[in-house]
Amino acid sequence: MFRKKENSHRSFKELGPIIAFLSLAAFTAVLNPRFLTPFNLQTLGRQIAIFGILAIGETFVIMAGGGAIDLSPGSMIALTGVMAAWLMTHGVPVSVSALLILAFSIGVGVWHGFFVTRLEVPAFIVTLGTLTIARGMSAVITRGWPIIGLPSSFLKLDQGSIIGIPIPVWILVLLGLIMDFFLRKTIFGKHLRAVGGNETAARFSGVNVNRVRMITFMISGFMAGIAGLIVAARLSQGQPGVGSMYELYAIASAVIGGTSLTGGEGSVLGSIVGASIISLLWNALVMLNVSTYWHNVVIGMVIVVAVTLDVLRKRIRG
Amino acid sequence: MKTVLRARKILKRFPGVVAVNGVDFEVYEGEILSLVGENGAGKSTLIKILTGVLQPDSGEIEVMGEKVSFKSPLDAFSKGISVIHQELSLAENLTVVENVFLASEVTRGRRTLFSRVSMEEMNSRTKELLSTIKARFEPDTLVSKLTTAEKQMVEICKALSKKPKVIFMDEPTSALTISEVKALFEVIRDLKRRGISIVFVSHRIEEILEISDRIIVMRDGKRVATMNRKDATVDYLIKAMVGREVEFFPRVDTNPGEVILEVRNLKWRDRVKGVSFELRRGEVLGFAGLVGAGRTETMHLIFGIEEPEEGEIFIKGKKVEIRSPRDAIKLNIGLIPEDRKLQGLILTMSVKDNIVMPSLRHISNFGWILNERAEEKLAEEYVNLLKIKTPFIHQISENLSGGNQQKIVLAKWLSTNSDILIFDEPTKGIDVATKAEIHKMIRELASSGKGVIMISSELPEILNLSDRVVVMWEGRITAILDNSNRQLTQEEIMYHASGQSKKVMV
Ligand SMILES: Nc1ncnc2c1ncn2[C@@H]1O[C@H](COP(=O)(O)OP(=O)(O)OP(=O)(O)O)[C@@H](O)[C@H]1O
Ligand SMILES: [Mg+2]
Repeated sequence: MFRKKENSHRSFKELGPIIAFLSLAAFTAVLNPRFLTPFNLQTLGRQIAIFGILAIGETFVIMAGGGAIDLSPGSMIALTGVMAAWLMTHGVPVSVSALLILAFSIGVGVWHGFFVTRLEVPAFIVTLGTLTIARGMSAVITRGWPIIGLPSSFLKLDQGSIIGIPIPVWILVLLGLIMDFFLRKTIFGKHLRAVGGNETAARFSGVNVNRVRMITFMISGFMAGIAGLIVAARLSQGQPGVGSMYELYAIASAVIGGTSLTGGEGSVLGSIVGASIISLLWNALVMLNVSTYWHNVVIGMVIVVAVTLDVLRKRIRG
Repeated sequence: MKTVLRARKILKRFPGVVAVNGVDFEVYEGEILSLVGENGAGKSTLIKILTGVLQPDSGEIEVMGEKVSFKSPLDAFSKGISVIHQELSLAENLTVVENVFLASEVTRGRRTLFSRVSMEEMNSRTKELLSTIKARFEPDTLVSKLTTAEKQMVEICKALSKKPKVIFMDEPTSALTISEVKALFEVIRDLKRRGISIVFVSHRIEEILEISDRIIVMRDGKRVATMNRKDATVDYLIKAMVGREVEFFPRVDTNPGEVILEVRNLKWRDRVKGVSFELRRGEVLGFAGLVGAGRTETMHLIFGIEEPEEGEIFIKGKKVEIRSPRDAIKLNIGLIPEDRKLQGLILTMSVKDNIVMPSLRHISNFGWILNERAEEKLAEEYVNLLKIKTPFIHQISENLSGGNQQKIVLAKWLSTNSDILIFDEPTKGIDVATKAEIHKMIRELASSGKGVIMISSELPEILNLSDRVVVMWEGRITAILDNSNRQLTQEEIMYHASGQSKKVMV
């Protein structure tokens, strides 16, 4: 009665998005050979790194289900960048500043987690609040002007590279490996899936639901902090206006990569592939000389089409 | 006799299983037909095919001699085929009327999506339907406020509103108490008198013998026997279902040991009003009572789902604070909850992942890194032990039959090796043979020195398994009865469960 069929359950879900990514890349490369220059590929890699890091954090939050979502990362990029720039231009050493920023962004995650788990405020609202507050705070700190004059050692965080690969890409790979391990190989990961699948049953099984949710927001906050530092190093300044709408790209990346908005399902690799597709689109539109006015229109449409295709694919497989 | 519904050579495959394997099926006018068989025999799948929920891989269906092909449940409705599924499917946030007329709202004038609905008309029709089945709640009650039995009445009304020729009922009694089952049977007999055929599924042999005119038995996706009520006996029926004899209610000698759990004066809202009892190692303590007596709530307090407002809990003589199921699990308590879909299972996860969930901490490396091999080993062990019918342990739990899902919940907690096990309606929806296995297992757990609490609405189960029986009524314990020689009777328990003893005492 009981047969063992090893591994038959593991279909490779990321395959579709990966093929989409490669086809789009090939298409662009054919139309514009400059796409394959090292300079352009490095630029693309840096962009993928930012969206990828944010998408991983977003995936953790969304996977916990119950409508959980984090709308703050875009504004948090601006705020952490501005704060980092302020600290560094006020004599705080680079490493200390970076650590303070990361601690702060994890703290913001704790703040979100507190409202969501203890006070049962919807995540959408709490993080929408942060979206506005963080953007506002960046303007308050800078009075609207960028903070310039960052130490050159800090700028390497974005502009440096190892064996020709930009440092942000290395950071993405490192964080990706760690987070993938957390998600697939630890009790926390399994508990996260359980909470997203059926919160009540998870609780009845002894899962500490609140702690799981709290950790997801902390991860997302941390990821936004990392991305904020990289962006500040890229611009060589603290910019209050940077990163707007990035949270939406992060959410879209996660969903394109197979994260279910109702929770319980998602993968790190998928989010990175999703982020790669969106970054590549930006890049391709520039490479193909599409007028910038059209960029948002095209990207919006691609997001809808990509997610629709994915939904259809799932329905056919049943 | 006129044949209302006839199906030929119905076949349905799922990955790894042939759920329904070339089954012929017929329903005569105005008969009560029971469809029986083990968990996973294919009963629900067959019903889903005959009512348009699933499409067969092959086979044909006729209604009143006319060939039909159902693309959706609506097609089946329009031909007079209604169904009440194993898992009730009402919109909890809507009222009774709204549910009865969901997607078939009565409108003023022509019906479009935006026509005004005629509330008075729907209300009065629902009232009429409710009174034909003698239901005693108002059409404008919110469904979430109803008991399971009442929800079922709403489902029946919903079915009746479509003026059906046949109503399929997939395990309608599995969540009902004895008196509720009686009421349901009255309704079923009344429907029969009005010429409506009923197809009834149940795992309780007494019910089948009481209500059926005819019985069809399925095993492993095939139809293996058909009999008229007058030819059916308990033994014959069970043998047809299981393919062998089953031994019931094993007698195991018990000698209760030290007190392992003591509860003093637990109070919670108006559901638990000062409950005290003790549980000893080596005994099965039965909890009897009507629905709403506060049995489940009491156990939820012990398991940390809710925190008691007053009262104390002692484990092995030591006072403990249990704030969450996590705390309870650390104290070696396990709870097999009554609602498998809501509380017991994460339907989107695999059989294996569900089984190992509460044991993860023990079988993982360093207490936090998963050990896939150990998980598979544990899951396989319990899948075999409980004969969970699944093509592979990585199957998504949602795809298992109702009874097999219930077995996953049991496996999940049996594998934790807890000292105190609380079973809340453990054999709900479980077939006779497996039920006997589970009964044996519960007795063995007690013999091996564990303390077992068992809530059940099936009195035979309570009477045969428990060493002592706690009877609850409206949040209070009305009696704790000794049953060490199996001397208790149903009447005695019912007397206390209906609160009569309380009235006499006061
Ligand atoms: N959607 C599905 N995907 C895969 N397998 C399925 C699916 N639905 C049912 N099955 C399988 O088909 C078989 C028959 O299931 P079915 O639900 O019809 O059994 P049943 O007789 O109703 O059992 P029970 O008494 O436990 O309710 C089972 O082995 C089950 O695992
Ligand atoms: Mg069934």
